[in-house]
Amino acid sequence: MNIVVLVKQVPDSGADRNLRSDDNTVDRGSANNVINEMDEYAIEEALKIKEAHGGEVTILTMGPDRATESIRKALSMGPDKAVHVLDDALHGSCAVATSRVLAAALGQLNADLVICGAESTDGRVQVMPHMIAERLGVAALTGARKLTVDGATLTVERQTEEGYEVITAATPAVVSVWDTINEPRYPSFKGIMAAKKKPVQTLSLADLGVAPDEVGLDGATSAVVEHSKRPPRSGGAKITDEGEGGVKLVEFLATEKFV
Amino acid sequence: MSEVLVVVEATTEFGVKKVTLEMLTLARELGTPSAVVLGGAGAAEALSGKLGEYGAEKIYAAEGDEIDGYLVAPKATVLAELVRRVQPAAVLLASAQEGKEIAARLAVKLDNGILTDVVGLAADGTATQIAFAGSTIVKSKVTRGLPLVTVRPNSVTPAPAAASPTIEQLTVSVADSDKLAKVVERVAEQKGSRPELTEAGVVVSGGRGVGNADNFKLVEELADLLGGAVGASRAAVDSGFYPHQFQVGQTGKTVSPQLYVALGISGAIQHRAGMQTSKTIVAVNKDGEAPIFELADFGVVGDLFKIVPQAAEEIRKRK
Repeated sequence: MNIVVLVKQVPDSGADRNLRSDDNTVDRGSANNVINEMDEYAIEEALKIKEAHGGEVTILTMGPDRATESIRKALSMGPDKAVHVLDDALHGSCAVATSRVLAAALGQLNADLVICGAESTDGRVQVMPHMIAERLGVAALTGARKLTVDGATLTVERQTEEGYEVITAATPAVVSVWDTINEPRYPSFKGIMAAKKKPVQTLSLADLGVAPDEVGLDGATSAVVEHSKRPPRSGGAKITDEGEGGVKLVEFLATEKFV
Repeated sequence: MSEVLVVVEATTEFGVKKVTLEMLTLARELGTPSAVVLGGAGAAEALSGKLGEYGAEKIYAAEGDEIDGYLVAPKATVLAELVRRVQPAAVLLASAQEGKEIAARLAVKLDNGILTDVVGLAADGTATQIAFAGSTIVKSKVTRGLPLVTVRPNSVTPAPAAASPTIEQLTVSVADSDKLAKVVERVAEQKGSRPELTEAGVVVSGGRGVGNADNFKLVEELADLLGGAVGASRAAVDSGFYPHQFQVGQTGKTVSPQLYVALGISGAIQHRAGMQTSKTIVAVNKDGEAPIFELADFGVVGDLFKIVPQAAEEIRKRK
């Protein structure tokens, strides 16, 4: 099975993150940039399917030069090769334009299965798998906590508010996964060394047949008008329990009219 | 005034979800709200009373297995046809899994911008979003097409405004290309009387400090006494104390209740990302240096196994 995993480089969600003051895009220059955590689960799932059914795993990333670090990191887990969509005109692209570019790249890769994380930790927008599926005219099985491959039939369990749904589709399809689906492997030393030699193909917008004015800040379908830091919360009263902690807690809740 | 389409979120168990009432309330600022029910047969009829109570002047309904038996694609197709026909001033969906997915397909079909996790919407279409784990306030606008926004639960207070909606059944013509992802089974889990996590006014969450799955009974008891939902930190979920659908945090649900009670939760950024826009935060933790206390309006340092039962007893006494 030919599997493509979408990997996004994001600013580390464990550190301070900001929007830029000049063009209101995510500040990646001053951030510690890492693989979107959820994508590691997508890579793991792809590798498990390859191990069970054979095939090839390709990483697909759209991002600036420095995204190369995340591509090598992804490859060190075990995928065979990577495609990096790299073009200065992409800076500031909205979700709609991003899906156009990724769909164009996927169109050249002939994937049976596209796997991605359910959301990225920077935007948390969660729209990409369905946008891509809509453009490619293929099934989207999203929010999977379990994925079963039986020949060309895919079955996922998807968490809902009420419980879960079981959804099936034939390949080709896009599947997005939550972090409940598996436990991503750590790259081995051998994997890290091997990743340095794995092929990474670079594609420009021209290679994909996408016009520069369809993407980037100028081609964006939405815009950040302004942004500001929310004032940090300041802690209030803190008491140490000396036998009356529970009562004191309820007294506080009562003053706030919760009891 | 032009129509504003509000795509209804509802469950068979609880009916119209609160976020739908919030969206109807928001929609009234922008135009005349019309509710759109995309679901199983008879769904709109059952929901019409509540939708009218909150100002829906009209209800568009697309119902049946063609709509409900597949993952979101048929819903997006029907909605896109409706948008092209009525040319609404805006389209509002819930910022939950399905609402975002329908909106995603709609954005591509209409080549229209999309804004998600919106907590406020001005009459001119400017949306307010909270980004980066609650640290940043963003004002943004759709610059191509109409305002297509998904609204985060607990963003506005639903206000009733009585209307008597008529139901218009939409003709459903769903192409085979929308029937690629078939729902073969829907399984209900964890049914109970507690409010849904993202919509609850009170959330009581437990973390690693709760110790084991059995002890989560303490968390549930306090939640029930406060009429709230139960949440869990990632550490608690990863340790198998509580199911994943109740996880609050960066890789779980984002909640913004009136009251958030954190029990045995240290307050790692992973967790804070999902709860720090809560109105009032209360924490109990044995480690006085735990970062959760930096957020808490009231914190108790001590043993939660002593403090929580005592608090429960005190609430019972006051009732």
